[in-house]
Amino acid sequence: MSLLLVILRKEFLQIFRNKTILKMIVALPVLQLLILPWAATFEQKNITLSVVDNDHSSFSRRLTEKVTSSGFFQLTDYSVSYDQALRSVEANRANLILEIPGHFENDLVREDQSQLMLSVNAVNGQVAGLGTAYITQIIQDFNLEIIEEAGYPNASLSKINVIPQFKYNPEMNYRNYMVPGIIVLLVTLMGGMLAALNIVREKEIGTIEQINVSPIPKAVFILGKLVPFWIMGLLILSLGLLVAWVIYGLSPVGDLGVIYLFSFFYILVFSGFGLLISTYSDSQQQAMFVAFFFLIIFFLLSGLFTPVSSMPGWAQKITLLNPVRYFVDVMRLVYMKGSGLADIIPQILSVTVFAVIFNMWAILNYKKTS
Amino acid sequence: MFIHFIKKEFFHIFRDIRTMMMLLLMPVVQLIIFGFAITTEINHTPVAVLDHSNGELSRRLIAKIDGSRYFTLQEKLQHAGQLEETFRQGKAKLIAVFPSGFDNDLYHNGSADIQLLADASDPNEASTVISYAGQVIAQYVQELNTGNTLPYVIRPEVKMLYNPQLKSAYNFVPGIMGLILMLICAMMTSISIVREKEQGTMEVLLVSPARPVMIIIAKAVPYLMIAMIDVVSILLLSVFVLHVPISGSVILILLLSFVFTLSALSLGLLISSVAKTQQAAMLASGVGLMLPSILLSGLIFPVENMPWILRILSNIIPAKWFIVAIKDVMIKGLGIGAIAGECGVLLLITVILLLVSVKKFKIRVE
Repeated sequence: MSLLLVILRKEFLQIFRNKTILKMIVALPVLQLLILPWAATFEQKNITLSVVDNDHSSFSRRLTEKVTSSGFFQLTDYSVSYDQALRSVEANRANLILEIPGHFENDLVREDQSQLMLSVNAVNGQVAGLGTAYITQIIQDFNLEIIEEAGYPNASLSKINVIPQFKYNPEMNYRNYMVPGIIVLLVTLMGGMLAALNIVREKEIGTIEQINVSPIPKAVFILGKLVPFWIMGLLILSLGLLVAWVIYGLSPVGDLGVIYLFSFFYILVFSGFGLLISTYSDSQQQAMFVAFFFLIIFFLLSGLFTPVSSMPGWAQKITLLNPVRYFVDVMRLVYMKGSGLADIIPQILSVTVFAVIFNMWAILNYKKTS
Repeated sequence: MFIHFIKKEFFHIFRDIRTMMMLLLMPVVQLIIFGFAITTEINHTPVAVLDHSNGELSRRLIAKIDGSRYFTLQEKLQHAGQLEETFRQGKAKLIAVFPSGFDNDLYHNGSADIQLLADASDPNEASTVISYAGQVIAQYVQELNTGNTLPYVIRPEVKMLYNPQLKSAYNFVPGIMGLILMLICAMMTSISIVREKEQGTMEVLLVSPARPVMIIIAKAVPYLMIAMIDVVSILLLSVFVLHVPISGSVILILLLSFVFTLSALSLGLLISSVAKTQQAAMLASGVGLMLPSILLSGLIFPVENMPWILRILSNIIPAKWFIVAIKDVMIKGLGIGAIAGECGVLLLITVILLLVSVKKFKIRVE
């Protein structure tokens, strides 16, 4: 035990001696947490629109007015032709073209039906899908309006009124979800990268030889490496939760203690993971690339950026092996839905299994290489 | 002299087979995983229904929701008490609640209400799911009305440009290409100089007659070549495995990637000339660049939606310019005129970064 304390003292001394690293450990997460959550929104309030009105009739003007005043679209320009509007799309000035044909009003009045052309920049399918859904909705409303004006008996038309309700986040505030999620990523990133660089650094500098010839048991050595990361991880987490509260006014609906309890196990996963990488690598460069490779996969498949439920089946199965996914889940459950300890037991069990596997593996593999 | 330096750098890299393999294989594996898995398409989202009316019209609508490719009916709830539990256990993202008068109202008054509850703990997903459900319901209403001959019917005809099937890969493959290239290049170079400093071999270089610019450029050349091999393998994958076609000129894409890679490499060099230890360099390039490159580049969240400060800030992220330009060439099939501006900005970023790193580097020499 006293041996462990000695090792811990050495590790902490090493950390505190390096002022640059220490500053980065505090500044990088806080800075990113202040900036990044504002970027994460799909909310489309300003879909850019180019209108080609070949009709110049009262109906076409009314429709254009209704679309542009809806709040969903931002009128880029009135183009004189489709080709000109298409050039706006090519130059990324417009995302949607509403083209009203020359005899729009005439057709409506004489033949009771008329066509409209919508051309959508579909490179980003999500934006295209939402933009189309909004504008078709507006066109339908306009259509019902003029049908009613024409004196058609309202009762013989079927209508279903959709009443949407957004549970857990009625104001649809994107930051309520992104801030806790970004805290997860930062804790993971710092913990994983620092741990991955740790043992391999000693290998590179050569100090590991000294430890190998000393009577220190491998498990104690590894434990001595783990504890500082543990403390650092909890520190970064606390810093993040503090920023969330002070800057974004966010506090969990559920119990903060549950988040800490989960993190207690979670941080072990990534220090173990980092150490494991470290034992396999010959240089810091290698360790960093391997850590980067896995971390970016873990992040993009965590469900934070794109929902897990929209991933293909095999990718959903991969996410079961992704520790980050469980923490993102837990944050969502505790912060927004107010779930308690009982609700997140499956997640705690999963990360505990990861923690045990990674750390055991690191210890075993370390023995082999020494 | 210069050639010798480049040769030396090449030897360094090729001797380390493991790192070489990583640099060439990592982007391939990542692109395959992300190209298939990262999607904002709504497919088979689990839905639950609570049907108080239990009539023919509501049952038909439920069948229609279940039948659409967006949704899969997961559960029929019996009472309102189950709503909360269903969301909490994550069994459904959307619950449609039909009031008891649904069938009667719709049949006799022509108008009925339906309540759509969405799990908005992920607001992005919730708003998408609600708008798609609205679309399915609107189609159902249209079917109900087809018997009637209505006056003044407007039929919107929708044409999806560039990506008629609305595949997510068209958007994400160019974006992921930008992300991976950016991070790999910056990380590769960021530790190259600092490594020599840490190991003491820098002294040897400094006493040589080569100018600092030479040393820096010689460091970048081998990584530039590795990055270009990565570009080619990523392009082959996107065409043959992910089926994202290249609509524009391949030469133009390679040129653009070359310019972008230069900017990412110079960013790495700057980090390298400032940092004192490999650890600091890696924290800066790995931790400092990863999340901003994901979030501010327009890869996932459209830059146009961001608050103005972030829109300005995103301009200093090279990946942002690359992603806009590569989509223009690769997906829209536009020519050099469309991306000249983006290339210009990338070159400007490169020149500024290089100038600063040479300056910083000189200071260290003295």
